[in-house]
Amino acid sequence: MNKNLGWFNLTSLVLGFAFLYLPILLLVVFSFNESKLVTVWAGFSTKWYVSMWANEGLMDAAWVTVRVGLLSATIATALGTLAALTLDRFHRFPGRTLFSGMVYAPLVMPEVITGLSLLLLFVAINFDRGFWTVTLAHTTLTMCFVAVVVQSRLVTFDKSLEEAAQDLGCPPVKTFFAITLPLILPAVVAGWMLAFTLSLDDLVIASFNTGPGATTLPIKIYSQVRLGVTPEINAICSIMIGIVAIGVIVASIATRRSELERDKAERAAFRVDG
Amino acid sequence: MAKTLGPVKRKFSPWDDPGAKPYIRFENVTKRFGDFTAVDDLSLDIYEREFFSLLGPSGCGKTTLMRMLAGFEEPTSGRILLDGKDLAGVPPYRRPVNMMFQSYALFPHMTVEGNIAFGLKQDGLPKPDIDARVKEMLKLVKLERFAQRKPHQLSGGQRQRVALARSLAKRPKVLLLDEPLGALDKKLREETQFELMDIQYELGLTFLIVTHDQEEAMTMSDRIAVMDLGKLVQVAPPAEIYELPNSRYVADFIGDINLIEGKIASAEGNRLRLACDGIGTSIEAEASGSGAAGETAWFAVRPEKVRISHDPPPEGTVNVLSGEVWDIGYLGDVSVYRVKLPNGAIVKSTLANVTRLVERPIGWDDKVYLTWPRDAGIVLTR
Ligand SMILES: Nc1ncnc2c1ncn2[C@@H]1O[C@H](COP(=O)(O)OP(=O)(O)OP(=O)(O)O)[C@@H](O)[C@H]1O
Ligand SMILES: [Mg+2]
Repeated sequence: MNKNLGWFNLTSLVLGFAFLYLPILLLVVFSFNESKLVTVWAGFSTKWYVSMWANEGLMDAAWVTVRVGLLSATIATALGTLAALTLDRFHRFPGRTLFSGMVYAPLVMPEVITGLSLLLLFVAINFDRGFWTVTLAHTTLTMCFVAVVVQSRLVTFDKSLEEAAQDLGCPPVKTFFAITLPLILPAVVAGWMLAFTLSLDDLVIASFNTGPGATTLPIKIYSQVRLGVTPEINAICSIMIGIVAIGVIVASIATRRSELERDKAERAAFRVDG
Repeated sequence: MAKTLGPVKRKFSPWDDPGAKPYIRFENVTKRFGDFTAVDDLSLDIYEREFFSLLGPSGCGKTTLMRMLAGFEEPTSGRILLDGKDLAGVPPYRRPVNMMFQSYALFPHMTVEGNIAFGLKQDGLPKPDIDARVKEMLKLVKLERFAQRKPHQLSGGQRQRVALARSLAKRPKVLLLDEPLGALDKKLREETQFELMDIQYELGLTFLIVTHDQEEAMTMSDRIAVMDLGKLVQVAPPAEIYELPNSRYVADFIGDINLIEGKIASAEGNRLRLACDGIGTSIEAEASGSGAAGETAWFAVRPEKVRISHDPPPEGTVNVLSGEVWDIGYLGDVSVYRVKLPNGAIVKSTLANVTRLVERPIGWDDKVYLTWPRDAGIVLTR
């Protein structure tokens, strides 16, 4: 690669980054603003990070968001992994194409449509909207992402390991937990992280399916912003950015590293000329 | 005194006993992948405590045959019986058969010890027993010092030994070994061969082994099966496969051989004369059953049974050819002479180097005579 970026490349790089991250940077900077006015800088302070904790509405919403995230990510990971296994293992069963299409549809479906159709479903079956509907909706949304991540790992998973386990007397379900799961765990964890962050920052689907007592943080922030941005919102947003950033970074480092290790281990565990 | 073929290793030949019950039985087994036939209407009996080898070129269906016995593939048609019971529908984890995979398939997230103990844990053995058995296996494959390593920290040969130990640990009634010793150096391979034979004999197990190494198959097996294109060409004890191949394919596949094409000129009693235009003379041989006068046949004689010398043999000797030494291969224990006959055909002869110093060594372009007795080779009709 050319080491000298050249002025054109450099400018576009700077502009690109600025375009992407300047608003976020601004938000983080203003969360440390002394002044109550969001746009006027009056010196450094961390008081909004303190007062934020006293804001009950905000804290309730944060707590709901975390609970929805943990629960929906976990369910989505279980279901997504199962879907990935089915798609990977059974190459021919009636309705496979339909099934795989249905698993992946939410990836490209506009969120408004997903949100609306789920809402219609809940209304139709007379399911009271609230915590559970948001959780279920998020599970639906994130499951396909988990399936994609896990399936891409299964493609390179050597089935003869499972055969070897069964040959040694291990029934299929036990084989899954003793052999398959430990080896695909990094992908499963990465899938969970992805699901959690997606649930954390989803506004559209959540607002369609929310109900009393189930206001998530994005909904709360969105509704408060209409009344005016307060530095407290800046503060909690900064924290969310931090959590998401850490989650994404940890997940990508973990996948990267385990991928390298797995490659090494697998190349070693199998004879190349086999 | 009656002559026999080769040395007799042990008195074990249930296949000659019509009353013996086979332990493993393949009954007209066919396996197709799409429209490709990997195993073609194959029938085979293997007996308890037998050391059975499968030999054949790459892709002839050896692994497929084993995978069907282990339960990973269902036969397209035909039956596989184990101890008289049909195996159809019995899942792999319920078959008293263990397999050592051609690709090893070691569990990458477990240590050497963990890999070996895995099968024993499935049986719910008490921990002290498992530990003892694992130790024993590690000792057998000389990996005591590597017990705590992961597979990726081992060399190719060490991994192969872990795979071997893992499949042996459960002492299955039937052990399937798919090229178990390919990655070992010659010395370790020979040692392991004899150890495998000991284990098999002492524990009374039945071994089915795939190998590309003929010498290995000859050394270890009670019987050898030569396969081609999903079919068995010949199934017989090593000496019989070597001395009495039933076809050119087997004769050529196992060891080195001279094949001379001819037409059966006369067949009287057990004497047979083969007119060979290719070498401009006729060959006297012993009749081996089939083959009537006028039929095309091939005379097959192993190079070590062809005598080579500078001096013409006495008058009246049968099967004499003369030619010039074309090429000499010195292998240490033996030398291989490729002799070119006047019409261009090549006949090989090997001579054991029984002395270090030779008075009149046979050299390039020397004129030599080749002879062999009437019973040195056999006549093949296919
Ligand atoms: N799952 C499969 N699908 C399609 N074809 C297969 C499958 N498994 C094996 N075959 C084909 O069946 C044939 C026999 O394969 P097999 O693995 O039994 O050969 P082999 O005798 O063990 O060869 P090698 O000595 O190279 O290991 C090959 O031509 C192979 O391509
Ligand atoms: Mg094979």
